[in-house]
Amino acid sequence: MSRHTPGDASAKDDALPSTSSADSRYSRLKTIQAPWAWSFIGAALVWIATVAIFGFSIAGNVVETALIYGVFMVLVGLGQMLVITSGTGNIDLSVPSTIALAGVIGMHVMNGDDGRIAAGFTAVLGVGVAVGLANYSLIRLLRIPPIIATLSSSFIIQSIAITQGRNLPAPPAALGAFAIGRVLHIPYIALAALVLSLALAVLLHRSVYGRRLSAVGQNTRAAWLAGVNVHRTRCIAYVLSAVIAALTAISLAAVSGGASLDMGVEYMLISIAVVVIGGTLVTGGKATITGVWGASMFLFLMTAILNAVGADAGVRSLVYGALIIAVTAAAGSKALR
Amino acid sequence: MTTAAFTQARMRALLPAISLFAVLVPILILQPATFSYFGSNLLLNLAVPIVFATLAQLAIITVNDLDLSIGPFVSLVACIGATLLVKQPWLGTLALAGCVLAYAAVGALIELRQIPSIVVTLGLSFVWSGLAIVLLPSPGGTSPEWLGAVMSFQTPWIAAPIIWSVLIAMIGHFLLMRSSAGVRSRAAGGNPRAVRRFGWSLVRNRATLYGVAGLFGVLSGLSLLGLTTSADANLALRYTLLSIAAVILGGGEFIGGRVSVVGAVLGAITLTLAASFLAFLNISSDWQVGMQGAILIVVLSLRVLLQQRNGDKQ
Repeated sequence: MSRHTPGDASAKDDALPSTSSADSRYSRLKTIQAPWAWSFIGAALVWIATVAIFGFSIAGNVVETALIYGVFMVLVGLGQMLVITSGTGNIDLSVPSTIALAGVIGMHVMNGDDGRIAAGFTAVLGVGVAVGLANYSLIRLLRIPPIIATLSSSFIIQSIAITQGRNLPAPPAALGAFAIGRVLHIPYIALAALVLSLALAVLLHRSVYGRRLSAVGQNTRAAWLAGVNVHRTRCIAYVLSAVIAALTAISLAAVSGGASLDMGVEYMLISIAVVVIGGTLVTGGKATITGVWGASMFLFLMTAILNAVGADAGVRSLVYGALIIAVTAAAGSKALR
Repeated sequence: MTTAAFTQARMRALLPAISLFAVLVPILILQPATFSYFGSNLLLNLAVPIVFATLAQLAIITVNDLDLSIGPFVSLVACIGATLLVKQPWLGTLALAGCVLAYAAVGALIELRQIPSIVVTLGLSFVWSGLAIVLLPSPGGTSPEWLGAVMSFQTPWIAAPIIWSVLIAMIGHFLLMRSSAGVRSRAAGGNPRAVRRFGWSLVRNRATLYGVAGLFGVLSGLSLLGLTTSADANLALRYTLLSIAAVILGGGEFIGGRVSVVGAVLGAITLTLAASFLAFLNISSDWQVGMQGAILIVVLSLRVLLQQRNGDKQ
């Protein structure tokens, strides 16, 4: 097993010499190969298949679209990744409703006025922070599994969004221009996501907070004994996730020319799917930002090719689901939990 | 202290019944007509499929997992019932049996690979939805005649949904709380290591419970189809949350195999009534969804309060 395996079971596993040589060779292979590489290999294979079927120019267009719409997957995935990394059972199911609420609030505050973009962003960030804090308070105070807490809060958030969702102004012109603008064929939104990813990479791998988050995710009790403030660490992860979801809402609204209440619905599964397929440990403690990018590109290209060959929504959904189960099963092991 | 603790434990056990009355009494005051045979039938019409879905969720929660796919699964069963089961009864039955087996296989997979049920069942929910859409791209289909006949069967004196619910609760209670297999299943949720050392197979246990969940899911889907007489791939999506909420409302714990079948059935009925209650109160439809979340949070808070007053000695 890899040395990143969280939980007390791994210590036991390390102590016992592996009896099967094939098994140990397999695990060594697993350690060497970066888990995120698989998603990129997958994305590349799907893209090559696109080239083979539809020719180079269409495949090129698909990549350009992927850099806009796939980036939304990256964004929601990054937030979800932080939450999942904070330990087994931590998951944020309020992503779609946060997107709905933040989109609605953002559009109202901006009111289609270029001068109020900054105010809109502040409001949206506020929504994110509030949702994240509310989520974690529920988890902490009611001592309920995060899945229930975020699900319950998502219903309330959704209701608030519905009450505010009428007569929405269109996004300001400058924001819309930014959303579709590109430099050297690369959309600004993709660049913004890249900057965010780099910032998160520094946070995860170069800052004390990142170490703490991994420690809490790998073994909560050990981290607590080592003096890590588990609750603060997790709380920050939830807040960051909600804030990123809120920012995604603004970009989604800007690209699609307006916010709608259901624009985030599909991102609940996607946010989890890109994290899992990207190679982040579902049991927590090990995150990979690169993997989120790879998995997003993979899933987007997959959707594109499924659309292109005429598969309907049902088949797409089937493929998504089967992929998630397969990847989770392949990544799981007897030593975990 | 012991008597106080005993009273607290009793309070917790009574919480499902208390919450049922908290919803039932205002409804009776607001709309006395609901107390009649016809009224209660109308009010509780949709309780039976929800009760079944709740028991499916209960089976999963017994082994400390959560099933995020039960809503889409119930929809899929309804779609199979409305298409295959009508045209080719054999194929339909086979498909339903296959679904139950698939559920059991997923249970075994989760235990074998030690993977989180949340992620797997979330993936599974998309598989079920996908299959349902492929099977029935647009709402429609018809319910098999026998199914409609069963669901519209008029019982004497007391409305059918009540009798069904009581019957289901009794059978479920017997199976999970009284039978040795039920005790073993709950033990696997309480202390898996001890169960394994005792020589019982955890894989078989989890597969069985997931299979049972699948079976209840099938019953839920078929009873729902019998009531609605046509199906839709999104028919029962809200059952996922509803079933989890009902189990919690009924006193189930997320870990430790502590569940209550009777409580869960009461919880399911309470939630069925709560929807009508909100409608009677003229709460704006904007807040209908939010109220579900709020009810869940209130119940959980009540439980935490009862637990805290009980002291930290649990």
